[in-house]
Amino acid sequence: MKILVPIRSVLDTDQKIQISPDGSLDDRDLRYDINPFDAVALEEALQIRESFGQGEVVCAAVGSDDLETQLRTALAMGADRALLANTDSQVDHWSTAVVLQKIVESELPGLILVGERTAEDDSDMVGVFLAALLDWPQATFASQITVLDNKVQVGRETDSGIETITLPMPSVVTCGLRLNKPRYASFRGQMKARSIPIECVSLDDLRSDLEPRVETLNLKLERSKRDCVFVESAEELLRFLRFDAKVLE
Amino acid sequence: MNLLVVANHDGQQVDRASLSAVEFARQASGKDGLVQILLLGHQIDAVAEKAAHYAPVLCADHEILGEPLADRFAVIIAHAAKTSGTDIVVAASGSWAHDIVGRAAGLLGGTMVGNVTGHQILDGEILFQRLLYAGTVTATVALRKYPGVVTMRGSAYPIASKNPKPFPVTAVDLTNMEISVRGSYQGLEARSGDRPDPADARVIVSGGYAFKTAEDFERLVGGLADILGAAAGASRALVNVGGAPSEIQIGLTGKVVTPELYLALGISGSIQHLAGMRNSQVIAAVNTDPNAPIFKAADYGLIGDVYQVIPELIEILSS
Repeated sequence: MKILVPIRSVLDTDQKIQISPDGSLDDRDLRYDINPFDAVALEEALQIRESFGQGEVVCAAVGSDDLETQLRTALAMGADRALLANTDSQVDHWSTAVVLQKIVESELPGLILVGERTAEDDSDMVGVFLAALLDWPQATFASQITVLDNKVQVGRETDSGIETITLPMPSVVTCGLRLNKPRYASFRGQMKARSIPIECVSLDDLRSDLEPRVETLNLKLERSKRDCVFVESAEELLRFLRFDAKVLE
Repeated sequence: MNLLVVANHDGQQVDRASLSAVEFARQASGKDGLVQILLLGHQIDAVAEKAAHYAPVLCADHEILGEPLADRFAVIIAHAAKTSGTDIVVAASGSWAHDIVGRAAGLLGGTMVGNVTGHQILDGEILFQRLLYAGTVTATVALRKYPGVVTMRGSAYPIASKNPKPFPVTAVDLTNMEISVRGSYQGLEARSGDRPDPADARVIVSGGYAFKTAEDFERLVGGLADILGAAAGASRALVNVGGAPSEIQIGLTGKVVTPELYLALGISGSIQHLAGMRNSQVIAAVNTDPNAPIFKAADYGLIGDVYQVIPELIEILSS
């Protein structure tokens, strides 16, 4: 079976974020990583391939040249192939899904595993947009995935508990962090990855579908520090919460 | 502007967060706009009857909607949005909406803003606020294509007021719709207890690595939460060692919450955790380590051991 894993790059959120005076992100000195949720999706795909002793894991990214770094990491972890749909224009969740749909139509995977969200903007649309565009069944927020004959059983982490559903394939499964712990790229893996070419995907016939659906007008830093009032006892804490903050009755 | 609120329910009534979404829709609709509620499920007359006290209800009742599989729901939501002249489809943030309504957004052309914390109307255009980069940045965004889909954080808006007289309930005509029935539902391993969901609770009592066992967490954090009528929450550090269930994990990789009061008990305050709660209105922290980063994010701090402080809090509150 062929498994497609979309790869996105995100800002490592452990870094200090700066906003320029014009309200845009100042990312001159910031480091981008593979989206941690996508790394889990890739690890899951590699484990499925290993458990069946056959199959192909294909990674795909949509965006600028810089994504080659993340795709190289994916290859070093063990992906068989990497595709890059290269564009310099701003890519949002919708345009990512539209381009991925085109890739799916030529690659014909049996399963798409994608990170359930992107860490930097807490958005979980790409997987469900792609499932909607393809008209494939979907299972979101997976914390357990079992591939059976032409079916996939998924434990979903929902607000009310773990829900189990079974879908026919092909289907889209979005992956949560509880699925696994992604492996590190070994030195051997990194050497091997160097010899695999990154395949280019043309975006020529897609221009009109890629117009932005949502525009970000500006960014503002939230209050990061509060002045903590230290109290001496449980009784005093309750008093402050009742009469100073007025959040308890 | 016409808004359609896709309301989540438990078969009995609409959940609180969806009623907050109705309140947002009323504020956004303006003078001539229409707010409607869309209910989906099987045998949901009782829910529809109650929901009709908040807005006119479109009711999609079908056997296949008894199983929560996103593709069936999404097709109907997209159909209802198109046929009702909806500008914005609204739902409360959460795993249900982001599965089902998110897919509907894909069918409607891909305009979606998730986890909205507030809105403003500027020169007749509606702008939304949402949090980025682990809650450290607020982005203001605008929709560039319609219809759009927006999910609201339940705590961002109050619950809509109830109309004494019910609005009409209209059945959504599903007869000519092609809905493919794929996949099957095996069931839900339900979250224990009946505490509020942290995502829309007014007060959250949250515990961290300081709790040595799941029993201690339940007795102390759970006990205090129950006295306050609050939700219980936990840090990833505690969830990872099995000290608390994963559905109540607060943080970048769990739930992002903004209650009126967040009590952080025995939580050190990693960036991962702060991302999930830093925008709470009031934050109070109890920790033995005076240098714990949680105190930099807190309004009130008490240096102490949760095993001693929580029983004292419980005792004062119960007397």
